[in-house]
Amino acid sequence: MTAADSRPVPSTRKLRWIEPSALDGVLFHDLTIFRRYWASTTFSSVVEPTIYLLAFGFGFGSLVAVVAGYSYIDFLGTGIVATAVLFSSAFAGMFQTFIRRVYQKTYDAMLAAPVDTHELVTGEALWIGLRAGVFGCAPMLVAIGFGLDPSPGMLLVPLIGFLTGFGFGLFGIWMSAIVPGIDSFNYVISALLTPLFLVAGTFFPLDTLPDWAIVASQFNPLYHCVELVRHAVFGLRPLLDLWHVAALSIFAGLMWLLGCRAMRRRLID
Amino acid sequence: MEGAAELAISLRGVTKRFGAITAVDGLDLDVPAGICMGLLGPNGAGKSTTMRLLTAQAIADAGEITVLGCPIPTHSKLARAQMGVVPQQDNLDAELTVRANLEVFARLYRVPRREREAVVERALRAAQLAGRADTQVDKLSGGMRRRLLIGRGLVHQPRLVLLDEPTVGLDPQVRQELWSLIDALRARGVTVLMSTHYIEEAERLADDVAMMSHGSVVARDAPGKLISEHAGETVMEYFGPPDRLAEVERLARQAGMATRRAGPSVSVLRAEQMPPSLLERLQDSAARRPANLEDVFVTLTGESVE
Repeated sequence: MTAADSRPVPSTRKLRWIEPSALDGVLFHDLTIFRRYWASTTFSSVVEPTIYLLAFGFGFGSLVAVVAGYSYIDFLGTGIVATAVLFSSAFAGMFQTFIRRVYQKTYDAMLAAPVDTHELVTGEALWIGLRAGVFGCAPMLVAIGFGLDPSPGMLLVPLIGFLTGFGFGLFGIWMSAIVPGIDSFNYVISALLTPLFLVAGTFFPLDTLPDWAIVASQFNPLYHCVELVRHAVFGLRPLLDLWHVAALSIFAGLMWLLGCRAMRRRLID
Repeated sequence: MEGAAELAISLRGVTKRFGAITAVDGLDLDVPAGICMGLLGPNGAGKSTTMRLLTAQAIADAGEITVLGCPIPTHSKLARAQMGVVPQQDNLDAELTVRANLEVFARLYRVPRREREAVVERALRAAQLAGRADTQVDKLSGGMRRRLLIGRGLVHQPRLVLLDEPTVGLDPQVRQELWSLIDALRARGVTVLMSTHYIEEAERLADDVAMMSHGSVVARDAPGKLISEHAGETVMEYFGPPDRLAEVERLARQAGMATRRAGPSVSVLRAEQMPPSLLERLQDSAARRPANLEDVFVTLTGESVE
């Protein structure tokens, strides 16, 4: 190394609470790994909801022509977007984060650099949200092939997928920091995610359920995602949709607080 | 924060507990800028916890820590931006290439975009991995991975480098390579804090050695001074059956000489001061060797370092 090389690169300016370089580093890390595994990740995230779409579409679709004023394929094609978003975000938040923290010690390395736990959590969730926004569009594109009419509002679907995926990614990160072991995710999937996924208005309209279940659905973030996607595709309802966006934002904000706190407890002695 | 620039690290009465275990116990330690300080002690002495306290990956229960003029943990992010950390445990991203590992950390360390390629190349050269830049990390040998860990810690040209057991588990040849790398850092004026339980490593690389036992520093000075002060110039090491060793200990103590047990041998410290009559009585199965830091450590703590 030469004398000129020995100049320290970073400046000593005051660092911000959230440093763009920290988010950039975390996102670049995720993108670099994604480039290596994109085929298998994309396959599972796209094909699984597409199979649901085809199975339910052809199965129920042959029995039920119209649901809640929509053709069943339109109803299902828009609803299943939420499933794709859920699968690609909550699972990534849980498993990917757990493996990096416990087995690979990736986060220990990052936290020795000028990165704080909340930046790490935010960066990971941003990446999960971005990916969910893209993957969420896949079943909708398949549904177009089966007769769903394209509309300009569909351009909002990646944004809805991002917001929902960001929240569920943070939910997964929170879960990964509070479970005692990786096998505990079975409880989370069976007891929490499956009910959320089934009573979100994806496969059948919620007004067929008892009143208490309809009220409870307001607390299901996936329901708000399903409603937003349907409204984006078939026609927005501004006030109602603002409430859905607010509900998803509150969910993401709450999950961010819980995720950051739990990860800090796990990563900082 | 510029006032404390002459001290790269300052710890005052630092205590860290994990439940009932006190890992760091009222630790006082100053590391002047530009030196290589060795933290020497056995496993469990509190060396790694001290390292984690300096990066705010562990928060002290009591005491004050300042790193590069930044109070820790309040301004730890600013301190971390100017220091490089080489952990004891390999936490490289095995799924990525050597270059990608360095690129990720160049971004995390806020290296400007226009300088990133150059600093990555420089880190590759420093780690002697320029020819393996595009190799995936899980295809590298243990020595290469260690070198990459060091290169990753240097990617942003830090003012301070924390090395936690940098050569643990490596074969002697790789250890020599890493010592050259660490020596080059010291020659460039980078402050190095290196924890180790290898006596030779501390003697070869450290300007100053702080001996840690049960979470606090029991002695601190230049290696040569510590040895001459606590163990003299030479040591007579006696081998033999237990009865013989017990006799050596008894006779040496009667003559006012300090001794220490080391497995199947007894060492008599300050052998250059042994009375000729005692030397004559104990001349069988003895070997004279230069005193070392192990002798100092055992004398001071009653524990073994390695």
